[in-house]
Amino acid sequence: MYTPHTPQDIRAMLEVIGAPSLEALTDPPKGLAIKGELDVAPALPEAEAYAHIRAMADENAAAHMTSFLGAGAYRHYQPPAVPYFAFRSEFLTSYTPYQAEASQGSLQAIFEWQTYICLLTGMDVSNASVYDGSTALVEGVIMAAQATGRKRVAVSRAVHPLYRRVLATYAEGMGIGIEELDCDASGRTLVPRSIGDEIGALVVQSPNFFGAIDAVGEAAAAAHRAGALAIHVCAEALSLAVLKTPRELGVDIAVGDAQSFGLPVGYGGPYVGFVATTKEYVRRLPGRLVGETHDVDGRRAFVLTLQGREQHIRRELASSNICTNQALCALIATIYLATVGRKGLTSIASANMANARALARAIGAVPGFGIAFDGAYFNEFVARTPLPAAELCARLEKRGILAGLPLSRFYPELVHELLVCATELTTPAQIDDFANALAQECKHAVAAV
Amino acid sequence: MPSLLFEQGAAGRGSDFVRPSGSPQTFLNAADLRTDLPLPDLTELDVARHFTALSQRNFSVDTNFYPLGSCTMKYNPKVNEAVSGFAGFADLHPFAPDEGAQGALRLLWHMERTLSSLFGMDAFSLMPAAGAHGEITAMLMAKRYFTERGERDRVTCIVPDTAHGTNPASAAMVGYHVVSIPSTSRGRTDLSALRAKLDGSIAVCMMTNPNTLGLFEDDIIEMTRAVHEAGGLMYYDGANANAIVGLTRPGDMGFDLMHLNLHKTFSVPHGGGGPGSGPVGASAALSPYLPSPLAARDETSGAYFWDEERPKSIGAVRAFPAHFLAIVRAYAYIIVHGAAGLRENSRLAVLNANYVRAKVKDFLTVPYADHCRHEFVCSAEDLKKQTGVRALDLAKGLLDAGVHAPTMYWPHVVPECLMIEPTETENRHTLDAFVETLRALVTRAHEDPESVQQLPKHTPVRRVDEAHVGRQANKGIGLRWAPPEERA
Amino acid sequence: MDLPAGLLYTKEHEWVKLDGANATVGITDYAQSSLGDIVYVEMPKAGSAVEQFKQMGVIESVKAVSDIFAPLSGSILEVNADVENDPAKVNSDPYGAGWLVKIALADAAQTKALLDAAGYQKVVDAADH
Repeated sequence: MYTPHTPQDIRAMLEVIGAPSLEALTDPPKGLAIKGELDVAPALPEAEAYAHIRAMADENAAAHMTSFLGAGAYRHYQPPAVPYFAFRSEFLTSYTPYQAEASQGSLQAIFEWQTYICLLTGMDVSNASVYDGSTALVEGVIMAAQATGRKRVAVSRAVHPLYRRVLATYAEGMGIGIEELDCDASGRTLVPRSIGDEIGALVVQSPNFFGAIDAVGEAAAAAHRAGALAIHVCAEALSLAVLKTPRELGVDIAVGDAQSFGLPVGYGGPYVGFVATTKEYVRRLPGRLVGETHDVDGRRAFVLTLQGREQHIRRELASSNICTNQALCALIATIYLATVGRKGLTSIASANMANARALARAIGAVPGFGIAFDGAYFNEFVARTPLPAAELCARLEKRGILAGLPLSRFYPELVHELLVCATELTTPAQIDDFANALAQECKHAVAAV
Repeated sequence: MPSLLFEQGAAGRGSDFVRPSGSPQTFLNAADLRTDLPLPDLTELDVARHFTALSQRNFSVDTNFYPLGSCTMKYNPKVNEAVSGFAGFADLHPFAPDEGAQGALRLLWHMERTLSSLFGMDAFSLMPAAGAHGEITAMLMAKRYFTERGERDRVTCIVPDTAHGTNPASAAMVGYHVVSIPSTSRGRTDLSALRAKLDGSIAVCMMTNPNTLGLFEDDIIEMTRAVHEAGGLMYYDGANANAIVGLTRPGDMGFDLMHLNLHKTFSVPHGGGGPGSGPVGASAALSPYLPSPLAARDETSGAYFWDEERPKSIGAVRAFPAHFLAIVRAYAYIIVHGAAGLRENSRLAVLNANYVRAKVKDFLTVPYADHCRHEFVCSAEDLKKQTGVRALDLAKGLLDAGVHAPTMYWPHVVPECLMIEPTETENRHTLDAFVETLRALVTRAHEDPESVQQLPKHTPVRRVDEAHVGRQANKGIGLRWAPPEERA
Repeated sequence: MDLPAGLLYTKEHEWVKLDGANATVGITDYAQSSLGDIVYVEMPKAGSAVEQFKQMGVIESVKAVSDIFAPLSGSILEVNADVENDPAKVNSDPYGAGWLVKIALADAAQTKALLDAAGYQKVVDAADH
């Protein structure tokens, strides 16, 4: 499709090579050729392929519904300037910036990403990004286990259940043990006064999976009393615009996902994870890092640095196997942050808080509904529903509304709890429609009680 | 050069983007709030100038030839970009109910089936976000597999000395003891050395085929048989799959586990270092251990769904089930080609590599006699001895001529190594021009070696001081912009 | 290449200067020049025990990383804090300001397993071919 040679070219090239035919040059050794037909659809002309995929996209009715889903993937406004510049060919089709002379654009952008993450989290150093928030958490736990020499971690049950699932998968393979910390009636983590000295890290998320601003400061203090590191997880990076920074709360490692900064929800990816820490642990950061230096003529330049920690040099002794980062996603986040700036980011964060509170008032006013936890929140909270939340969601979907995430999916005991989210894109009309739909669907259930 | 964003702007410049709704203090207690948000305020034009200027300081496939070995920098068709941007995909929430996401699930299911057929696997997971992520996924699967079989003393992972660094690093992450085996003078993994390492402790043998020297492991059937007889598993690193798609299949070679790099073989753009996509394939014996969920189809209703009922699954390696928008791009690439088109691309990739190899042989040492597959290595060792000019200098000289440098100094078995992979999308004119540029550099090295060692001269910056930044970075300095008062 | 007589050497490119029951250890001029610009040195803590020819630290340059092996068994008396702060000293003065650690020797007889300058020269010559 996108290859250039004419049959004459191929003949001439084979002659230079000294091969009798393209097949003779390229066939696999005897016995390894594919036998029979492959189960691959026949080629479509590009115009038909486009239409075919368009039809698949159009089948996804949920993409166009009013949505109150958050839970680690947030639909925010993406200023058109962001993809416009991020998807320039020179960024999109470049390779990892190993050749500094030919990659100053990518390198400076990563340096700016690292700076933004430091400014937002208050931490000293950030890496060039990792796959997503969940793998950022894994990398943070590995850092802490290596720094403390301890192979157990304590993780709040209010950390995103999918992040915990990923951590459990890695931890099993790496021989790291996990303890869970429960939550109180406000939806916040019950931080024990003391933790065992076998624990290398204490992990809390804020805002946590229930939307609550969690007890990060207490967790950091408890971790440090036991000689452990404190890890702060942030799945809704927009909250960093207004909440006390992880550094101010005393944590050693801040990890999270920056999807909210200009990346679409995209059915789950690609997103972009960040890992930031204090100077003390800079050498334990996984993956790529960009530093500022100068060239032979004294000009300011940027370059990948501390590569001696990484797998392509240290091989089996590397602290992480990560090779690539999510450079384009980090670039999108960087352009997003540059575009909205301090002023825009603060306004957008406030709009999220305002709309979430309007949503809470509207839901709270529907007979039979309440707010499950009374803690402070950012743009997400848990509603208590008169019907089982999963059933309610199925009914609302028929009305073209994605009501939120029924917590029973991850917490079997929370049958009547529904996690809902409002962003700056949520409108008063959507909130009204939602409240009306809830009232209508639950009329009979409430009457029966 | 453009100053950093943090050195630009003015407080209060820029826009609110949304209707004002009050200050953060309206909604939260001061105890929960940060006191300051020190981000720059810029106009959209400031941002436009800044990032356009940055983009112009980059090489990219769309602007430069990129013969970067083992990275498969082929052209990225723009239809891939267009379809991945459809709102029906971009606005689809990962917790959307399956009924409302049938198109996306259908695409994923077809992708899983297509990759399985193309590579001879039982099933594929589209969850891993990159090649190295696929590798660790497969290592976790192997470890779980042996644990369930009560074979906990299988702790050794064999990798050839030509393997990517991620191979040993991934194996070490699950606690495997890594054993390296040498290559022969023919540039193939040494079968007898492999056999000598096989005992009851073998868990996995990780192989790349064609290997990173660009040569097909012609003893591959004997190797997989030997490893299987010792009770071990064979892992296929798909980094070099661009040489074999539609021609031969890892499953038929005897591999049990594999990963692909959709950003190499299936034209997902590299994006300056990600996002990639590293699907993992498994044979029938290993597929129950693949991450969960997988996209599945109910044969009665024809409906697609996420199959979570997979009790042997290792779990998950990222939060959500697919690196979705990267998969959409690769899917577009596959359906415009079909099996025959993909096979033709593999053949043309091999043709282009051999064509360049045949010409480069005239003036640089090509250490292995056989025709190559999709890439080849050459060595500047003799040139260095004669002139002092190293592979690094040639690479930097290419940059000055607007060609991206080949992969250098790797694999380590070839001294002063340059690894060249032209890919199938480059035309003969570009290949010829590249060869002549390289030839001219070698000629110049003989005539005026010092001038080559000074290159590049015309790139946005010249050679940079890596030692200075490395020493600072170890102390946490120089890894972010710092305000002037912190710099003093 | 600078290769002082009077020092002892290992095949792994460390040098040893004996001082009674103690030894000062560093890496050779050949080693620093092969590694290139050194950016980081990780050494054992003072007081820790090291074993002859076993890894005791790591030295990292811009593009490579290499293990540091203990040339002799014993306990670490002192670590060169100047080098930790400024690893470039290993490049500029490998036998002087760039020394790495001082070891209190456990068994002086182990020096028999080390090379003299001529013996080490042969190792270097072989490595260059």
